[in-house]
Amino acid sequence: MKHLLSTRDLDRETAVRILDIAEEMSRTADRAVRKLPTLRGKTVVNLFFEDSTRTRLSFESAAKRLSADVITFSAKGSSVSKGESLKDTAQTLEAMGADAIVVRHGVSGAAELLAHAGWIDATIVNAGDGTHEHPTQALLDAYTIRARRFGDDARGRDLAGLRIVIVGDILHSRVARSNVWLLTTLGAHVHLVAPRTLLPSGIATWPVTVHESLDDALSTTPDAVMMLRIQSERMHDAYFPSEREYAREWGLTAERATRLGPDTMVMHPGPMNRGLEISSVAADSPASTVLDQVSNGVFVRMAVLYLLVAGESQEES
Amino acid sequence: MVTSILVRAAAMLGGGREDLRIRDGEIASRGSLTPERGETVIDADGLVALPGLVDLHTHLREPGFEASETVLTGTRAAAAGGFTAVHAMANTSPVADTAGVVEQVARLGDEHGYATVRPIGAVTVGLAGERLAEIGAMARSRAAVRVFSDDGLCVADPLLMRRALEYVATFGGVIAQHAQEPRLTEGAQMNEGALSGELGLAGWPAVAEEAIIARDVLLAEHVGARLHICHVSTAGSVDIVRWAKARGISVTAEVTPHHLLLTEELARGYDARFKVNPPLRRDEDVHALRAALADGTIDIVATDHAPHPSEAKECAWAEAAFGMVGLESALSVVQHAMIESGMLDWADIARVLSEAPASIGRLDGYDAPLAIGAPAHVTLVDPTAARTWSTSDLRGRSSNTPFAGRVLPGRVMATIHAGALTVSDGEVVDAAELGTKEGD
Repeated sequence: MKHLLSTRDLDRETAVRILDIAEEMSRTADRAVRKLPTLRGKTVVNLFFEDSTRTRLSFESAAKRLSADVITFSAKGSSVSKGESLKDTAQTLEAMGADAIVVRHGVSGAAELLAHAGWIDATIVNAGDGTHEHPTQALLDAYTIRARRFGDDARGRDLAGLRIVIVGDILHSRVARSNVWLLTTLGAHVHLVAPRTLLPSGIATWPVTVHESLDDALSTTPDAVMMLRIQSERMHDAYFPSEREYAREWGLTAERATRLGPDTMVMHPGPMNRGLEISSVAADSPASTVLDQVSNGVFVRMAVLYLLVAGESQEES
Repeated sequence: MVTSILVRAAAMLGGGREDLRIRDGEIASRGSLTPERGETVIDADGLVALPGLVDLHTHLREPGFEASETVLTGTRAAAAGGFTAVHAMANTSPVADTAGVVEQVARLGDEHGYATVRPIGAVTVGLAGERLAEIGAMARSRAAVRVFSDDGLCVADPLLMRRALEYVATFGGVIAQHAQEPRLTEGAQMNEGALSGELGLAGWPAVAEEAIIARDVLLAEHVGARLHICHVSTAGSVDIVRWAKARGISVTAEVTPHHLLLTEELARGYDARFKVNPPLRRDEDVHALRAALADGTIDIVATDHAPHPSEAKECAWAEAAFGMVGLESALSVVQHAMIESGMLDWADIARVLSEAPASIGRLDGYDAPLAIGAPAHVTLVDPTAARTWSTSDLRGRSSNTPFAGRVLPGRVMATIHAGALTVSDGEVVDAAELGTKEGD
């Protein structure tokens, strides 16, 4: 595997392997010295065309814990805004010796383009492209579900038979797409809930069950409920009439939270809109995995960088 | 200056092999002919003689976007593809919305001599969709504009569209509508469907095209005017045009070569060469378009030749320009999609790529093709040639072809425009040989 562009490309074996390596990586967190020498001498570039503090910090942290040299390049306010193209920027970074480029871009397919246009040879890690995919987010979500459900017995396991409900703006969510492909590859049953205006075309062809009522979806006694962020900038596009109505119909209200099973996880990729898609009662409850997701993100990204940049030779040694 | 050409043993449509003498820009004689002294002789044994091809939908980009294409480079590409006349779209800079601009474009075409250039006039001032452009002035100018279009943009305002249809009839013109409901396609990047949902690209619903076509055929019927639909791309659009024709409404329609062959699946790799407006659709749409061209519901093939510099395509999908070049490859693509599938024969090709587009554009000289005394616009094709298409087969200024790497049949071996060879032995002749101004 040279690049990580999409969870759709991952087979079960590879996905479980990434989660297992992430688990190994998590053990370094308990050490006095948290660094591994694995990527010493390698250069990882974080190329962010979109603001995303938490994803950027997570990748930075992961690369540094593997002892890579890290360059973070925020394209906002850079030469890119003066007209330098994606191609020029990528070629410049490669000329500076980038072994891997972690790219976040507001346009779907940007990571795919960097990987396959023939401009550069570096490994590409998709850190979120438009409304397409965000594969490491899905991997960290899967890791979090597996870790909480199986604890010390998680290694080598997939998510067969688990029910995961994903709620909200599926249409614009790269997190939802990556999760749908990955969780189903891992054997989970995925349920989507949203108003029809926020469901993508062709949803009937996806390997999921679609609900238009959150209460119906919750009655399936899910193992995890994943709430998606509602982007207030989309409000003017009339996908739904008001925040109040959205919160009432599709929000994880305090009342709904009380109806969840005792082991049901409450997940959110952050940042949360409290009171809109999720109530504080739900977000702060013991069921919430929100902070675990952040911690686990570093381990999963360490695993991905390890696999892609250190390569097979490292694994064999 | 060569004034006499003898085409020997060409396969004539609807008949056997014949010789064809071209003199002083006209078809002088046909039959079994003997070469004369000083005459250029073309051995056309094995070649099919078609009337010169006519494109009703070309973007020549001059004035304003000469980095993409010019009248010279665009007409060279046209000649390479077997075209002897092109209609140049109005979305230039300045927009072709005045007599001055359309006359400039026509004059450049005349000077270069590779093809007759018929400018298309804008329907609205600056393509802004607010006020009618001076349609009368453009119609009465030396460019004699007969086709009016805001192509690239839809005339979305129904009242303005009604007025345009009514007004243009006074001047024997036609409105060529780019059918795209703007609100339903805001931010749209590819065909709306399962694939757009999966790829996370904003979808372009078929209904956005079909709703405008339905509206406009009813408007054309209401005011008794002539309407032409640009680049029809969906099965639903075909149904509406079929219904309108059955009802007696004066509507014609075009399909592009790429919509006869390519599907939305090509968007999967985010290669922006396949990004086009209207977008590539589903397999069932391609089948419906082919059937409609075969049964006459769709009248013509038009290239929508849309050149762009490499930087406009070597970028992320959503940031890339819409459009593909198509003049050089059109005939091969149509041969592949329609002749090899048995849906059309060469006589049909002459109809959909020459006679009918000339008729819609009110272009003189194409109503009695290859008849003695008719203007000598001739295209000689080797239908047995095949090649793996590449950008080196292009003769225009841009290289954004979606067909690179595909094996396509047929090759234009000679193009004769108004009695002058613009393509000889499969290569575009240079300007000095053509005896016209280079000007590039």
